[in-house]
This record gives sequence, C-alpha cells and structure tokens, in this order.
Amino acid sequence: MTSHEQSASSAAGATAPAAEARGVSKRYGATVALDAAGITVQAGETHGLVGRNGAGKSTLVSILTGLQRPDSGEIRFDGTPAPALANRSAWRQRVACVYQKSTIIPALTVAENLFLNRQAGGGLIDWRGLRRRAADLLAGYGVDVDPAALAGSLTVEQRQLVEIARALSIGATFIILDEPTAQLDAAAIDRLFARMRELQAAGVTFLFISHHLQEVYEVCQTVTVLRDARHILTQPVQTLSRDELVAAMTGDSGPTLGAGTARPPVPASAPVVLGLAGLRLAGYYDGIDLTVRAGELVGLIGSGSSGKVALAETIAGLRKADSGTVTIAGSTPKPGSVPATLAAGLGYLPQDRHREGLVPLLSVAENATLPITDRLGRGGIVAPARRRAAAERMIQTYDIKTDGPDQPVSGLSGGNAQKVVLARALANEPKALVMVSPTAGVDVRSKASLLGAVAEAADGGTGVLIVSDELDDLRSCDRVLVMFHGQVVREVSRGWTDAELVAAVEGVEQP
Amino acid sequence: MTGTQTIVKPPTPTGGRPGIGRLPLARLRDLALVPAILLLIVVGALIDPVFLSAANITNVLQQQTELALLVLAEAIILIAGKFDLSLESTIGLAPALAVALVIPAASNGLGTELPAGLAIVLCLLTGLAIGAFNGLLILRFKLSAFIVTLGMLIVLRGLQIGITGGQNLFDIPPSVLYLGSALWLGVPASIWISGTLFVVGIAALGFFRHGRSVYAIGGNTDAARAAGIRTDRVVWAVLMIGGLLAALAGLLMTGRLGSVAAAQGDGMIFTVFAAAVIGGISLDGGKGTLFGALCGVIVLGLINNILTLGGVSAQWIQAIYGGIILVALILARLTSGKAQD
Repeated sequence: MTSHEQSASSAAGATAPAAEARGVSKRYGATVALDAAGITVQAGETHGLVGRNGAGKSTLVSILTGLQRPDSGEIRFDGTPAPALANRSAWRQRVACVYQKSTIIPALTVAENLFLNRQAGGGLIDWRGLRRRAADLLAGYGVDVDPAALAGSLTVEQRQLVEIARALSIGATFIILDEPTAQLDAAAIDRLFARMRELQAAGVTFLFISHHLQEVYEVCQTVTVLRDARHILTQPVQTLSRDELVAAMTGDSGPTLGAGTARPPVPASAPVVLGLAGLRLAGYYDGIDLTVRAGELVGLIGSGSSGKVALAETIAGLRKADSGTVTIAGSTPKPGSVPATLAAGLGYLPQDRHREGLVPLLSVAENATLPITDRLGRGGIVAPARRRAAAERMIQTYDIKTDGPDQPVSGLSGGNAQKVVLARALANEPKALVMVSPTAGVDVRSKASLLGAVAEAADGGTGVLIVSDELDDLRSCDRVLVMFHGQVVREVSRGWTDAELVAAVEGVEQP
Repeated sequence: MTGTQTIVKPPTPTGGRPGIGRLPLARLRDLALVPAILLLIVVGALIDPVFLSAANITNVLQQQTELALLVLAEAIILIAGKFDLSLESTIGLAPALAVALVIPAASNGLGTELPAGLAIVLCLLTGLAIGAFNGLLILRFKLSAFIVTLGMLIVLRGLQIGITGGQNLFDIPPSVLYLGSALWLGVPASIWISGTLFVVGIAALGFFRHGRSVYAIGGNTDAARAAGIRTDRVVWAVLMIGGLLAALAGLLMTGRLGSVAAAQGDGMIFTVFAAAVIGGISLDGGKGTLFGALCGVIVLGLINNILTLGGVSAQWIQAIYGGIILVALILARLTSGKAQD
C-alpha cells in the first residue's frame, strides 16, 4: 500500500495540493451554507469529507466542481487558480464529481455517455469506432460493461464506474465521490474501494464523502470535518480516534445534553397502538419489528440511506411493503392505502410539509380541517362557521401565530406552518402518530413548542413515532431506535449521549 | 492523461451481459412499424386493386408530405424534451402572411404588394420567427412549453384570420405554388423535399455531435449541461427549425391546394402527435428516432387511404380514423412495454 508514503510526501509540501479551497463563504438568503471554510486535498491521497446533514458538504462540493460561485474565498487546482465558471470544459479537465444523482443519460448507450458532446469533432460520428474507443477505455480501467448497452440498464455500481472512467478519460485526476456507497451492497463497496486504491496508486486523487465513518477509516488517509458551515479539522485518519471524529462532527465531547423533560414511564400494560411485524420492502428495509404503546414516545434515527423514511411512508400507507404487517390500534388496514390507515387511527406528518403536507394557497382553517371535513357538516357540505370554530380551537391549542383562520398558509412562518400540519394530524384524535423530520426548517423557539405539543399528545395517550435526523427531536423520546442499511441495529433508552447515537447512525462499531 | 495508464484489477463480477442482443434489439424497435406497413399494404391491395397503382401511391405520399414535415419538426422538439402545439397554426399563418404581403388589397392582401419573388423567403422567415419567439418565452421566461405553444396556437390562428379577414386566399403567386405542385422526375417535388429532409434529419440526429446533443438534453438536461452542451442554445435552435419546417409544410400545402385556407392546418396537431408517438417518440423526451416517426406518418397515411378506398362514408371517416389512431397508440404501448407519459 503506497498511500502512507504518498500522504507523507505530500504532507512535506513537495507538490502543490490537487485541490484547495481557502476561506470560502456561501450564503443562500438568510442561511449561511459555508462560513470561511476551506479544504486542502493533497495530490495522490484519498481525502474523506464528513459532517452531519447541513454541515455544508454539498455546498463545498458544488463550489469545488464549479457549479456554484462562492461569495468569497478562493479555489485552486494544482496550485493555479480555478478557471472561470463559464468555462465548463476547463473545469471538467480538473475535477469530476460522481454524484448520488446520476449524470448518465439512460436512453443513450454507455459508449455515447462516455463520449457525450465529444463523439466526433464537427463531422460524422463513427459509431463503430466510438464503441471500440469506449470498449478500450472501459477495458483500460477494468470496467466490465458492454459499451453498446443502454446506460439506463446499468446497476448503480456499473454506473459509478462508467462515470469515473469518463472523468478520467477527460483528463481529470481529481475525483469527488459524493456518498458513492449509499446505494451499494457490501461486496460492491469492497470492489469500489479496491478500484479506488488501484487508481490512487496510479496517481488519482479522491475526495470521498460518506456518512459511514467506518468507510472513511478504511479507504481515506486524511479526513476533513465540517460542522455548522465551518471547517473543524483536517487530520490524518490514523491520528484520529473514532470518538474524536464523532466528537468533531457533533461538537460534543462528552455525555452532556442527556434526556429531555422527564416523562413518567409507560406501563407495560399500555396497549400497543402501532405494531410492525416482519416488514420488508426490497431496496429499503428488511425484517422490521417495532411496537409503540399508547402514550409512548419513540424515536427512529438513521442516515439518509437507512430506509427510515420509506418505513414511515409504509406505515402511512404511501408505500406498500413486500411482506409483513402494519397494525394500527389493533386493526390491520389495507396495505398501501392512505384512507384505510387514517381510518384505522393513524396521524401522519410527512417529511416535506410543502409538498405533501399543506395546500399553500388555502387558508389555515381549510388546511387544518382537511381530514375532518366529514365532522363539519352533513352530506359533504362543509359549514364555514363550524370550520372556523374548529380552526380557532386548533390555533389556540397549538399556539399558531396567524392573522386568523382565513390567512393563507403560504403566509405563515416555517414553524407555524408545521404546527398547522401537526394540528391537522392530531385533528381526528389519532391513536398513533408518525412524524418525519417534524422540526426541519423550524426555528429554535417554535421547535420547543412544537415538541411540547407532541409530548402533550403522547401524555394524552397517543403513541408517537418520531422519525428524524435531528438529535434534538429525539431527546424527549422514551427510547430511540437506530436504523442502518434497512435494519434496526440498536435501541437506546432515554439518557443516551449524542456521541453514542451518532456513532450508531454512522455505522461505527462501538469500541 | 491517466488514460494511458492501464491498471490491472481483480475480475469484476459481470452485471452487463455481452454486447450481442442489446443493440440489434434497439434497432429492431426502429423497424417495429415495418410489418404494420406491409400488412396495411396487403390489406389495401385486397380491398381495392387501385391501391397499388403508382398514381394512388404517389397521391398517398403527396398528401402526407405536409404531415410528415410537421411530424419531423415535432419529433425533434419532443426528443429535445419540449413541446410545440403551435405548429398547426404556423402551417397556416406563415404562407398566409407571406402571400398577403405580396398580393394586392383587392385579393384580400395587406396592400403592401412586395415583390412576389419574396413570398417564399417571407414565409420561411415567419416560421423561423415564430420558433424563435416560442424559444424566447420557453427558455428566457421559463414558461411551460405546453401552455406557451397552446397560447401561440390560438394567437397565430387569430393573426391569420385578422390578416386575411377570415377569407381564403386564392390569388397565389406562381412562385408560392411551385414547390407544392411541381413534378421532379415524374414525382411531386413535395415528396422529394420531405424525403430529403427526413434523410438529412436522420443523419443529423444519428451521426452528428449537435444532433446527439438533442437526445442528451431530452434524456437528462443536467447531465447534458455538465457535459458542456449549451442546452438552451440547442433547444432554441430546435424550436426555430420546427417553425421553419412548419412554414415549409405550409408552402407545400398551399401549392397542392392552390390556395391558403383560413383554417389551413386546423386540427392537425393531434395527428402529428399520434404519428410521432405511434412511431416511438417519447413525450418525455430523449427517446425515439426520426425513422420511427416517418413510419408513424406512413401508417396513418395508409390507414386514411384504405378507409377512403374501402368506401367508408365521409360522415364516419373521422370517427373511425380517430378510433384507429387510439388503437394504434394502445398497440404501440403494448409492444414497447413502457408507459407513454
């Protein structure tokens, strides 16, 4: 393994860094995505980039690949300043990124994808020659893919290899891999790492982004941690223990910030209001058993690829599991049917409240009372006065800051809009409540009152399942389940530490 | 270049099967309509021996030339992932405007009486300008191509009625009539023109970088842009070519009929889309070939001709024709196995 020598030699400063970002800042409106952050990737190394969601990784990648212009700061490749943003071909010769979202065109062949927009100069395309060049190129990198196959028929693994080969053939020797392992199985991950080591030995520099710290230790020589839009550290991985790495990511170096407000324990005699047995959906999750009792507050955490959101959507009837059952308050609603799950007594807060939760141009009253219109009048008639009264009750109960029930929801702040969704989910007094990222985009104070309302609902006897990445959402939970690669791998009860939970989410073995 | 460095690697498990079978299959899909065409020819010959006469075949083809050009235009636009409904109005407005500018006011012209020799150029420029304006609205102002061109369909039709006072134009200069009525080597010029343009289109979209970029844009715009393709520019050019082809189709139709009807092209767009979709063009963009689209045009032309020869009464022919198109779409959906959305 030459990597050690390589990182050693580059640390000595013999060569200019393959890529360097200095003091880069970027704002989107009021959000600071990067705050004078930077990264230095030495030539020939595999450099890990880690950070929790929203730490600024994606912004840094889009700036390093020339898709976004930083507000301030400087980008250099091999010691020379980066080309102008408009000069795409110059960028493409310096850096390539294999995104999670494919940049392959599925309806075209692999050969054409490899040579997209450079199939021929100005003249006729020689298809036979193109396929031969593609075959040579793929063989040169040991990628066993038929150049005449349609790119859409490739597996994720093959697609990534084709994208890497394309980047190398353009001349880029600095390649960013944005969570390449998220959609791969273990064997494919091993093959990818073997491939990365070979290419690294041949002089290719990688920036490797992953949510799984285990992988960073396996394949990277150096690691950079971003947190809250800032650069936290850059260090050789050998000199950094797992705990230190997790601490750098969470900004929390000990067992502080324990439980939220104490809640009386839920008696074991409380009825099960939400039960999952042997639930399986190919590609998302497998063998999920889970119970939530009346009055219990259960958290579910996991990385983006863990399958937790798909699981929540299955409970809500938005997806249909391949096998297994969902039981809600003793009945088993028809799988894949939202009306049936609602009728069985489930309240659901979707992940993206703008897309699935609210009708922005309708009033607060109409949005909040959508699922209970049958109670507001007879024969499909919605009595405006009764709707208004119901909405005013909700506005009071959940402390929604609004001009009145007639204000369109689009005019509310994020926290208050989320309260409307919550009010609606609780409007028909569900037995079980499933919430996905309930506090996303909600400011700190609204967060507290929102979670308070959830805890109140639990005290009132509703079984609550909170599916979230946000540790703060989970503090008041009685217990928290951790999902990893589609399975529940751990369960912690109240009193967990941030480091413990993050380590489990990132798939780091407990020391 | 790292490409020169060959790296030895462990044997990778094969996910992709060897090349045999894939590409030929893709090519076969292009030819999927050929059996249907042959079948229709046999059916036509059985119904009426006149069907196979050179005169009838020429007639069928000539009647389809205008549709063929519109389908050519629409197919390229659809492959680029956009829409153009306004083609059916361009086919009327472009020749109407050009003719109205050169004929005297007494013949329902505008009274400008420009030299008659300019008429063809004016017609084609009108088509280009309409395509450019569509592009402006769709690309610069980021409006939905569907609704923009639906609006343009109505506006352009209204312009034609306004300019001509709702009248058909009969006093057509000979230069405008020429392309739609001349015979070259015993075959109508319009057939030569449409055929040639299809060959040019097939070559351009199959064998040239800029043509392939149309597929790339329709297939995945972000990926195309990341590969350095100037996507807006290409789409704009495609929309202008679409307008130009529609104007040319308008010239051919004017020459064939000897006048510009106030409703010229009215209602054609359904047939245009049907031919394109039957021919394997995806409304999602990025898929289909111009050869397939041409086959779609020929299938519809043959069906139309067979219905006429078969003595289907004129009052019913529209309903039956529309029904057959729907059946053909269902069959195309079943054979391709993919949803047409």
